[in-house]
Amino acid sequence: MNYLIGAFKPACNISITFADGKNRKQVILKLMWLCLRTSIFACCMKSVKVLILICNVHSADGDECVAICVYTKVPLKKENGQTIMVPLFQSQENISGKISIEPVLGKKVEHNGVKIELLGQIEMYFDRGNFYDFTSLVRELDVPGEIYERKTYPFEFSTVEMPYETYNGVNVRLRYVLKVTVSRGYGGSVVEYQDFVVRNYTPPPSINNSIKMEVGIEDCLHIEFEYNKSKYHLKDVIIGKIYFLLVRIKIKNMDLEIRRRESTGSGANTHVETETLAKFELMDGAPVRGESIPIRLFLSPYELTPTHRNINNKFSVKYYLNLVLVDEEDRRYFKQQEITIYRLQENS
Amino acid sequence: MMVDGVEDEEKWLAAGIAGLQQNAFYMHRALDSNNLRDALKYSAQMLSELRTSKLSPQKYYQLYMRAFDELRKLEMFFKEETRRGCSIIDLYELVQHAGNILPRLYLLCTVGSVYIKSKEAPAKDVLKDLVDMCRGIQHPVRGLFLRSYLSQISRDKLPDIGSEYEGDADTVNDAMEFVLQNFTEMNKLWVRMQHQGPAREKDKREKERSELRDLVGKNLHVLSQIEGVDLDTYKETVLPRVLEQVVNCKDEIAQCYLMDCIIQVFPDEYHLQTLEILLGAFPQLQPSVDIKTVLSRLMERLSNYAASSTEVLPEFLQVEAFSKLNNAIGKVIEAQADMPILGAVTLYSSLLTFTLHVHPDRLDYADQVLGACVKKLSGEGKLEDNRATKQIVALLSAPLDKYNDIVTVLKLSNYPSVMEYVDSETNKVMAMVIIQSIMKNNTQISTADKVEALFELIKGLIRDLDGAAHDQVDEDDFKEEQNSVARLIQMLQNDDTEEMFKIICTVRKHILTGGPKRLPFTVPPLVFSSLKVLVRQLQGPEENPFGEEGSTTPKKVFQLLNQTIETLYGVPAPELALRLYLQCAEAANDSDLEPVAYEFFTQAYILYEEEISDSRAQVTAIHLIIGTLQRMHVFGVENRDTLTHKATGYSAKLLKKPDQCRAVYACSHLFWVDDQDNMKDGERVLLCLKRALRIANAAQQMSNATRGSTGSVTLFVEILNKYIYFFEKGNTQINAAAIQSLIELITAEMQSDSNSPDPAADAFFASTLRYIQFQKQKGGAVGEKYEPIKV
Repeated sequence: MNYLIGAFKPACNISITFADGKNRKQVILKLMWLCLRTSIFACCMKSVKVLILICNVHSADGDECVAICVYTKVPLKKENGQTIMVPLFQSQENISGKISIEPVLGKKVEHNGVKIELLGQIEMYFDRGNFYDFTSLVRELDVPGEIYERKTYPFEFSTVEMPYETYNGVNVRLRYVLKVTVSRGYGGSVVEYQDFVVRNYTPPPSINNSIKMEVGIEDCLHIEFEYNKSKYHLKDVIIGKIYFLLVRIKIKNMDLEIRRRESTGSGANTHVETETLAKFELMDGAPVRGESIPIRLFLSPYELTPTHRNINNKFSVKYYLNLVLVDEEDRRYFKQQEITIYRLQENS
Repeated sequence: MMVDGVEDEEKWLAAGIAGLQQNAFYMHRALDSNNLRDALKYSAQMLSELRTSKLSPQKYYQLYMRAFDELRKLEMFFKEETRRGCSIIDLYELVQHAGNILPRLYLLCTVGSVYIKSKEAPAKDVLKDLVDMCRGIQHPVRGLFLRSYLSQISRDKLPDIGSEYEGDADTVNDAMEFVLQNFTEMNKLWVRMQHQGPAREKDKREKERSELRDLVGKNLHVLSQIEGVDLDTYKETVLPRVLEQVVNCKDEIAQCYLMDCIIQVFPDEYHLQTLEILLGAFPQLQPSVDIKTVLSRLMERLSNYAASSTEVLPEFLQVEAFSKLNNAIGKVIEAQADMPILGAVTLYSSLLTFTLHVHPDRLDYADQVLGACVKKLSGEGKLEDNRATKQIVALLSAPLDKYNDIVTVLKLSNYPSVMEYVDSETNKVMAMVIIQSIMKNNTQISTADKVEALFELIKGLIRDLDGAAHDQVDEDDFKEEQNSVARLIQMLQNDDTEEMFKIICTVRKHILTGGPKRLPFTVPPLVFSSLKVLVRQLQGPEENPFGEEGSTTPKKVFQLLNQTIETLYGVPAPELALRLYLQCAEAANDSDLEPVAYEFFTQAYILYEEEISDSRAQVTAIHLIIGTLQRMHVFGVENRDTLTHKATGYSAKLLKKPDQCRAVYACSHLFWVDDQDNMKDGERVLLCLKRALRIANAAQQMSNATRGSTGSVTLFVEILNKYIYFFEKGNTQINAAAIQSLIELITAEMQSDSNSPDPAADAFFASTLRYIQFQKQKGGAVGEKYEPIKV
């Protein structure tokens, strides 16, 4: 039996622990000693966005002192549909931590070396399982040898360039992962992955013009609409108005839609997927000439991402505001305008 | 199909209510468990029921009211939520995440209400935001209700002066601006209803609109309640803004309703001070707007205001209310060329009422109004419209009611001209009103000029106008009218004989135009009126004004009377004429004018001979003649003889024997005038009575011959009474023996077989006998006199 177990189970358990970043906010609390099987333990506090990582500090004397690092953790949807909470990083951050390897049942682990990789990958769903790595950093942690008991390796990738944000789309995803490999000649290598999320913040754009346009169907409908900006951050509010210059059709209502256009591939293989993320009714009933309808759309309730333009020649994610007028015969008249969504540095 | 529609609507309403209640239930549950997220979710779903387009405004209102009640609870919850530490600003944002606009805006208004109360932001900013955001509802009914909700929740939160939400220096302006904007938007929606939907449902739509109008009007009411809206603000901002909206909406129903609203909602004092602005809007309204009603109500209000206190009257003068109103009405009438005449007349009528109330002393104003009315009417010809004529009557009655004095009204030179334009029927009605007014107030019309004017006014009654068809005239009505005229003639009085004579001449001139149908009614009062002059003359002071002035002698009056009565020939109304002649004769008698009296008698006799052929009429006439003649004392022997002789002759020539008999014994009195000793001719009295007896006898015989019975003894008893009368008066020719024999004769007659019983005659006889008995028992001279008579 033991043999069998040994054959199908990895020969060792690998755990990856992120150190608290130097530039992260830290809270050290004195807690009772916690015995943690997994060294990453999430304790959900009041706010879902802020998670406290409790790192078991293996100090030499086995002190009860526990360092609690405050990481921002965010939910991440896995392939299997589960949502897990993972740490959040941004480009140019140091990603450091510890790897601990614990042989199963006290057996020794022979290996041809231990390494940790930081991978930025793009996966196209039509080619599932095939990752294109746009970033790949490697740190060798150990030379070939044997591990008899739990062994801990610190690691650090400093100022990592992570230009792209984590993205989970309809046809494509972009992920960041730490991959620890314990290479073995036979019995297969032991590999452990740890996802993390990258979000990049942008300062407010210096030029942010309003979108103003007059559109219409000749002798039928003329409107002028205005959105106060062309670039919105994720928690922004779209303010604007629609001014009716000529109305000869019986309009029933008017909606403002936020649409996401994800295009993958390139050239002839380009695949475009459009989703309507928001359908926000702006007007009820038929306006007459001269009416001006206000727009105030809060973006925060919607699951938006920043606009991604031509990420590594693999994909693009663009956002559009689609103004839709519906007449009494349910005919739709619409005008689509691209807006740029960016992630605003929250403390800026 | 209509029925189906109603039933369907009931179903939809029921479904709406059910949906609303269900979501309200979940909402309550969420509220109870302080679950904000669910509360918002279910309240939005609940409010989604209000998104329906299937209900008529009335039904929609029912649904709205339920939602309204639920929203109150939600508002309480929001309030508690903020107390629990939830930021009101966050809440204000949170409700705006709702995808559907209608629920979103209801929620926003509800949170807005809490927001204002929290005072975390100035009320004006929140209100401004709310009223702007509500623009998203362009559907008329839904928009009206939403804004009505906004108006409802904001009423007690306006940043008015003295309110706890009072803001900076411009605070009133903010409050006002908010209400004005909401009003404007609501009115636009309301007006828009008119133009949406198929044309065939126009009536239904207009009905629905009128059901909704109060939602719009409420805003004006709110405006009027704002403490800070004083006269200046009203004048400078509120009124011009409201009027601008009213004028620009170019909608008949809205203009009509809102103008009325303005008038009713704001204080009279404001109206007075802003008359010019307010009135300036009227000519700009749609031609189909019922301006007359609205303006009339304005004037009515102002009239009442003026009437409320004398202290306000100077204000009216100060702002020249009359001339402004007058101008405005002129302009309105000018601007609305095809305004029906009814409208114009109503306007003038109201204006007249107004000026009568406000400037009772300015007759010229009233006359000006009438003049303007005449001018307008002159373009129209005779009025055909019933309602318009009614208005004219009201217009014409107003001064009468106000002054209670036709004399004042007669000073209005345009008054008669207005009457020119109404049809003869109305003319009559109006004339009746005038006469009634005179009667009621006992007005003295004491100069010929006024009488002239008055008769000019009531000429509808005096004569046929323009050959108007009088075939339709109801006999009773006609009589009623003419009786009124007769009464009016009696009312005309002046103590100055000279003037009175003039009045009579004037009246005469008018009534003579009346035609045969009217003369019998109008001549008698005139005659009596004239006679009164003479009577008064006789009773008056010793000096004789006639003698001195020489122009109005009694003779002249009599001449006039003679000529007047003559007109009755043409009617013909000989009996009436005869009576009047006799009346005049008696008056002449009193005035000691023998020839005149004789002349009147002659006329009467001629009439009797030539015109009165009906035997009954003759009987009546002869008795009248006898009665009158008996009282005449002015005649000399010769004249008297002639007349008496004639009268006796006529009496004997009556057709029926009983009539003859009665006339003849009546003639006996002609020879016996109690207080004139020279007129006591006992012999001729006896002759008459005997002759009467003969005739009575002949009558009985005739009756016996033709019917086999002698008929009644009534005549005999009557004659017996005459005997007794003269016996008592001391006519020596009549003695007890004659009476005795007559009694016996009657007794015999009554007992005869051929006598047909007549209880009345028996009773008459019996009481006559009782009288004799009574006299006998009296004793003294009388008893003695009767003593010989046995019964």
